[in-house]
Amino acid sequence: MVSSGALPDPSFLFAQALSGLTAAMFLFLIAAGLSLIFGVLRVLNFSHGSFYMLGAYLAYQVVQWAATTPGRFWWATIGAALGIAALGGVVERLLLRHLYAKEELYQLLFTYALVLILGDVAKKLWGTGQLSVSRPPGLTGAVELFGTRLPYYNLFILLLGPAIALAFWIVLHRTRTGRFIRAAALDREMLGALGVNVTGLYTGVFVIGSFLAGLGGALVTPVKTIVPGMDVEIIVEAFIVVVIGGLGSFWGTFLGSIVYGQVLSFGILIFPRFSIFSVFALMAMMLIVRPWGLLGRPLR
Amino acid sequence: MIARLARVPWGPVVMVAALFVPALGSRFYTFVATDVVIMGLFAVSLNLLIGYTGLVSFGHAAYFGIGAYTTGILMKKLGVPFVLAFPAAGLGAGLAALVFGFFCVRLTKIYFAMLTLAFAQIVWAICFKWNDVTGGEQGMPEIPYPALDWMQRLPFFGDFRASDHFYLVTVVLVALCFWVLRRIVGSPFGRLLTTIRENPERAEFIGVSVRRYELIAFVIAGIFAGLAGGLFGIFNRGVFPDFAYWTKSSEVLIMTLLGGMGSFWGPAVGALVLLVLNQQITSYTEYWPFVLGTVLIVILFAFPGGIVGALAAGVTRLRMRHA
Repeated sequence: MVSSGALPDPSFLFAQALSGLTAAMFLFLIAAGLSLIFGVLRVLNFSHGSFYMLGAYLAYQVVQWAATTPGRFWWATIGAALGIAALGGVVERLLLRHLYAKEELYQLLFTYALVLILGDVAKKLWGTGQLSVSRPPGLTGAVELFGTRLPYYNLFILLLGPAIALAFWIVLHRTRTGRFIRAAALDREMLGALGVNVTGLYTGVFVIGSFLAGLGGALVTPVKTIVPGMDVEIIVEAFIVVVIGGLGSFWGTFLGSIVYGQVLSFGILIFPRFSIFSVFALMAMMLIVRPWGLLGRPLR
Repeated sequence: MIARLARVPWGPVVMVAALFVPALGSRFYTFVATDVVIMGLFAVSLNLLIGYTGLVSFGHAAYFGIGAYTTGILMKKLGVPFVLAFPAAGLGAGLAALVFGFFCVRLTKIYFAMLTLAFAQIVWAICFKWNDVTGGEQGMPEIPYPALDWMQRLPFFGDFRASDHFYLVTVVLVALCFWVLRRIVGSPFGRLLTTIRENPERAEFIGVSVRRYELIAFVIAGIFAGLAGGLFGIFNRGVFPDFAYWTKSSEVLIMTLLGGMGSFWGPAVGALVLLVLNQQITSYTEYWPFVLGTVLIVILFAFPGGIVGALAAGVTRLRMRHA
């Protein structure tokens, strides 16, 4: 409980809000891909968290290899995102595609099988210890903001999140491919009947989603240690975010991330022991009241 | 030959045979058998939802966990005898299933799965954080065995160890649960559940209150998952928050799929195969999840009907050849 009577220091509240917002931007990167894949393919992708984890490990690996190269962190980030995108493409092409015609349970369990397999592959390749990547040079300092120390790297993430959201929105709403993606989310059969290559589009969407997961995983390495189990942890968080925002809704995911980040970071102040409880309760409440989330549309 | 084999009442035969596992004299066999019998009940209870009613629950571990904690707390902290603490597991889990299910059955498909997941995670979070009652992250070790001294006076079974005696009680109780479940799915009520799975709209048209039937099925499945959990906590000599975590829910889903959702005993067969495989494989590699994931993919792509589905198809083919 907050100490009785006196309001907490405003700069402390600000710091709390900022940390929630930073967490939200990372989550957005992960959840955006999850939501996009669900919106178009109608597959709830449990392995999205595993792609995120592999992105982190891959980034770590590239940083190790490129020990002295300038800008190695950025190369590692791009490399990891592209690597995971390629992995996503292979998985969709070779396996997932053959399950579209089956019940949802089969797709769900398939992506869960990937969680099991990829988790062990990561353990085999990188061990079970904690790994970390140092912040990229140039972003190691911190800026003073209303009495709060905000590391440059966090500031970078706070700016990158909305930038990616915007870029994503432009692709979805201002390009031909984006139009196809939105159309596929609404009525894939009609789109196919109009002569659009829906199969290829699905692969593309899965690749983009995986790219975002890998990118998120690589970018999180300077602020979080890389450990086995981060896959299972993040996927549940990402589920909460997309449920709050609306499964398949793009801005909903953005909003959902921010709500989640704030609930978690202030929930700790109000119920220190039950903040994790509060986010699941929020998820359940949202599903009961508005199953399609804040900004989503009811599914038909 | 095959036709005659198919007519054997395999359920009762296997359950009676199971009573003689301790006679093999190996602590290890009894251990695995107890695990299989309890998880078999857990998986069959889930199949009432998935296989019979067509509801894919991703949070069935919640009721397993609630049952385990109910029995555990009653027996360890309050000294309640097993005779009362065991049914209490079903009662507690059933009540939770009634409350959660009330909301869940209002949703369909993926949203249903997500809400069951959310409720299960709430249960997990409570178990994980409520230190005073549940023991929090550390769980609650040293759940006592039920008082089974009277079994020592039994002929033949009397000389066994305490864990063997608990195993015998487990087999009898689980056999009773199976019998009740079997009666339920064979009843007109059970047939209606199948109707709902096949076509909810049509079921609604012929005057079936789909939601109410789904809720009843949800509660029954919760009760039996709770009973399985109550037994498991004692068997495991402790109750831990993991019992309600979503990975536990997926574990029992995999058992159900592996054995086959299309038959009553399928999920129990799945539990047997998965747990025995686990014992075999973990003795020479730590990468059990990798093996499990691979098995799962093979099942999904090659044997969507699970082991029992594949066997049934094989039997039919053989019969066709002989006919």
